[in-house]
Amino acid sequence: MTDVAIRASEKDLRDTDLAAEDLHDRLSRAWGAKSGLIGWLSDVDHKAVGRRYIFTAFVFLALAGSAAALMRLQLARPESQLIGPDLYNQLFTMHGTTMMFLFAVPVMQAFAVYLAPLMVGTRNIAFPRLTLFSYYVYVLGGLMIWVAFLMNIGPDVGWFAYTPLSGPQFSPGKRSDIWAQMITFTEVSSLAVAVSVIVTVFKQRAPGMTLDRIPLLVWAMLVTSFLIMFAMPAVMLASTMLILDRLVGTHFFNYAEGGDTLLWQHLFWFFGHPEVYIIFLPGTGFVSQIVGTFSRRPVFGYLPLVLALVATGFLSFGLWVHHMFATGLPQLGASFFTASSMLIAVPSGLQIFCWIATLWGSRPVLATPMLFVLGFLFIFVLGGMTGVMVASVPIDLQVHDTYFVVAHFHYVLIGGAVFPLLGAVYYWFPKITGRLMSERLGKWNFWTAFIGFNVAFFGMHILGLMGMPRRVYTYQPDLGWGPLNMVSTAGALLLAASFGLFFINALVSMRSGAPAGNNPWGAGTLEWATPSPPPVYNFARYPIVRHREPLWAEGDELPVAHGLMVSQRELLITTLTEARPDLREGTPDGSIWPFIAALAVAVAFICSIFWAIAAVWGSALVGLTLIGWFWPKSVTEDVT
Amino acid sequence: MVALSLPSVLTGCERWPDALDPKAPEAHDIAWLIWTFTGLLGAIWLAVVIAMLIAIRGGRRVAPPAAGATPLDALALHPAGERSRTVIVGVLGGLTALTVLVLTGLSYATQRSLFAPRQEGLSILVTGKQWWWELQYEDADPSRIVETANEIHVPVNVPVTLKLEASDVIHSLWVPRLMGKEDLIPGRQNVKRVFVTQPGVYRGQCAEFCGQQHAHMGLLIVAEPMADFERWRDRQRAEAASPSSDEQQAGHDAFLKRSCVMCHQIRGTDAGGRSGPDLTHVGSRMTLAAGTLPLTRGSLAAWIVDPHGVKPGVDMPLTKLEPDELNAIAAYLESLK
Repeated sequence: MTDVAIRASEKDLRDTDLAAEDLHDRLSRAWGAKSGLIGWLSDVDHKAVGRRYIFTAFVFLALAGSAAALMRLQLARPESQLIGPDLYNQLFTMHGTTMMFLFAVPVMQAFAVYLAPLMVGTRNIAFPRLTLFSYYVYVLGGLMIWVAFLMNIGPDVGWFAYTPLSGPQFSPGKRSDIWAQMITFTEVSSLAVAVSVIVTVFKQRAPGMTLDRIPLLVWAMLVTSFLIMFAMPAVMLASTMLILDRLVGTHFFNYAEGGDTLLWQHLFWFFGHPEVYIIFLPGTGFVSQIVGTFSRRPVFGYLPLVLALVATGFLSFGLWVHHMFATGLPQLGASFFTASSMLIAVPSGLQIFCWIATLWGSRPVLATPMLFVLGFLFIFVLGGMTGVMVASVPIDLQVHDTYFVVAHFHYVLIGGAVFPLLGAVYYWFPKITGRLMSERLGKWNFWTAFIGFNVAFFGMHILGLMGMPRRVYTYQPDLGWGPLNMVSTAGALLLAASFGLFFINALVSMRSGAPAGNNPWGAGTLEWATPSPPPVYNFARYPIVRHREPLWAEGDELPVAHGLMVSQRELLITTLTEARPDLREGTPDGSIWPFIAALAVAVAFICSIFWAIAAVWGSALVGLTLIGWFWPKSVTEDVT
Repeated sequence: MVALSLPSVLTGCERWPDALDPKAPEAHDIAWLIWTFTGLLGAIWLAVVIAMLIAIRGGRRVAPPAAGATPLDALALHPAGERSRTVIVGVLGGLTALTVLVLTGLSYATQRSLFAPRQEGLSILVTGKQWWWELQYEDADPSRIVETANEIHVPVNVPVTLKLEASDVIHSLWVPRLMGKEDLIPGRQNVKRVFVTQPGVYRGQCAEFCGQQHAHMGLLIVAEPMADFERWRDRQRAEAASPSSDEQQAGHDAFLKRSCVMCHQIRGTDAGGRSGPDLTHVGSRMTLAAGTLPLTRGSLAAWIVDPHGVKPGVDMPLTKLEPDELNAIAAYLESLK
């Protein structure tokens, strides 16, 4: 053979007949990231991006949690002089904004970025460079708002930023602009991930993974991504209108000039209520995976669980007005939203019943992930019950904007999302790092979190009924709210300590935890078929899926597909419903352009806070980086 | 703090603000609804938690794991278990829907009675401002219009219509023992009807975050028999009392000489400012600075000398006063009963 022919055949070499070791070497070469700082910044491996995403989200959790701890210290005693109103208002705004936009949504998406490709059995996420870009946009947006806070120009009008308080007249300065622009950052980034996850799940499932073999967590991620696609534009639109009102004197929310004060609330809550389910549905996905694994049987009611996810997704768009019952809406309209809000209890209830039916009689090992799931059931169901209460117009008129509601949504969000999330970290940590987290510390972590949480938040139900409104930086001693607030602060400190244990456990276990092996929990889904941590290419050969829990059905020897190129990155594209192999498709390798484009976006967004004209030249700058990103290069044609 | 003495002001109340200690039909209906929901939903929650505990620890173990058996084999051995699960989960799902239906019905019935049109009685225009409440008792006869602030006097057993407006940002009126919330929104007018059956002093507070001093935007509703209410209203209609001592006279003169008049009105004097609360009968009110301090001569002086120490961020500016002037103004204002 001539040199040219050898090179050509090398290039077209397939994985069909290669020995395992040779295959590993070649795939590692094709899929590995370049070395050096540039290589690190350019790495489009979904696992690398996912790890960084998860890590960053937990940093924001720690920051927002510290803000909460400071607020609790201020509220521990009446008329406390610890923190003045200006700082307190910034703290509660930063707490809510960070938890919702920089922690809860991103951390769920981060897990989707890491897990979804592994769970559907593919080698990388769809649009990996877009995913990388979204990570940088997210980090830069988060940095902007926290740097602003440290410079004492943090936003102070609440995470909901109601107009006209957030408008030009009542919030002079740059605080509200920074808030609004942070929204733009995070929405760009979450939309990008949502698109990537949807395409990954629809087009990159392993051959044979028909729609009814998709793991429940992946279903949850899919529904969540659709919620993001439809809900986030509403808030992005609203925040853009707000910043236009503030910077260039439009009057979208100025009633005196034909705008509408309440328009903001409609747009914000049209996003804001689905937001709750964007955070909660991935939590249910974690619960389904953990419950199935620990009860050593497939989750009972796969179909109702999937339908419940989809139904919840649809219903979540019809509830937003229950945040606005006190605004003087027509009563018939309000009662419609009472009915729709209560209706969502039905799919949620079904999910709970299915999990309990799965657990029934299984005597699961109460390892830490399972403890967090039980904690979830205890706390979330209580939050769901108070959710039914606030859905009722008359009850809501009493408890709206009081500590009752603070208690309610912390039961729902910490119970429904954070407890499953912590369980998920304990559950997938061995897959991500190759090491198990300490069970001993894990148990301490769980019990301090569980007790601390309930002590911190249960009393708030009563405080709300006693008349304590939300978002007050202090209260008068004779109102009698002191003792319960003191108890709540004590609980909050215990809860904070539990997160300290969690972070210590994660850091220590990362270095010296027990080696995990491929499948420490004996789970049935595809991600556990890979070594821990998974190699850059995920699967040496594409698995073929013939069952919902392939590892339980097939043991360790999964049937595989072959015929993919090993000299360059190639994915198997399958059909939408049946997951029949359709084409081989190239997928991009690392690139520094997503990073540069994200920087340009940050410059454009941040500068336009100060000079409206920056929106114009900033767009040109972003356009230039996109030209660089998409500059045509000669690539091997896609092979069908 | 000065506020420690507030209880003495509110001697009318035997208990503190409490949505479950209702003193008006509306709050009563809602309290009943809250108890009903809490009872029913609490029982369901308890049942779920017990079911969860039984699920993980009680009952028969489904299948002793055979050597080498996968989780799927265990399942295949127990088709009956799956069937009963299907039935039970199906029934529970149906019961959930039924519960939700019943609760929606209860809620709707209560809501209807809350918002049922009532006969018009007294009508009060309440304007929310950062961070106090401006009140205007409306009347067809202009001479019977009364302006005051932060303390809503109402007659018992008479329907009262509160017309809610805001002049800056959104506020929300909430008096837990009398009624649920209704927002005060700039550019709109909301209407809240209140019908108090028991005389007393009821504390309320702004419930919508409205800026730096949202925490200090309280108000009182004073419900009294019709005769007392009429007497109060007649006194409020009258012009301010003339100073009756030298000190009060000095205070009167200082007030008019200083910048106080730019913002405050005292009817019967040249003070005609409209951006701050009307002070014509400020001495008759129980609290100062929207429920922040009990109204005494001392607290008046403390407030005037350093409003930002009491309520950081408030619109009222520091006014440079001689100590004599300060005491005299406090004495004068206190005398405006």
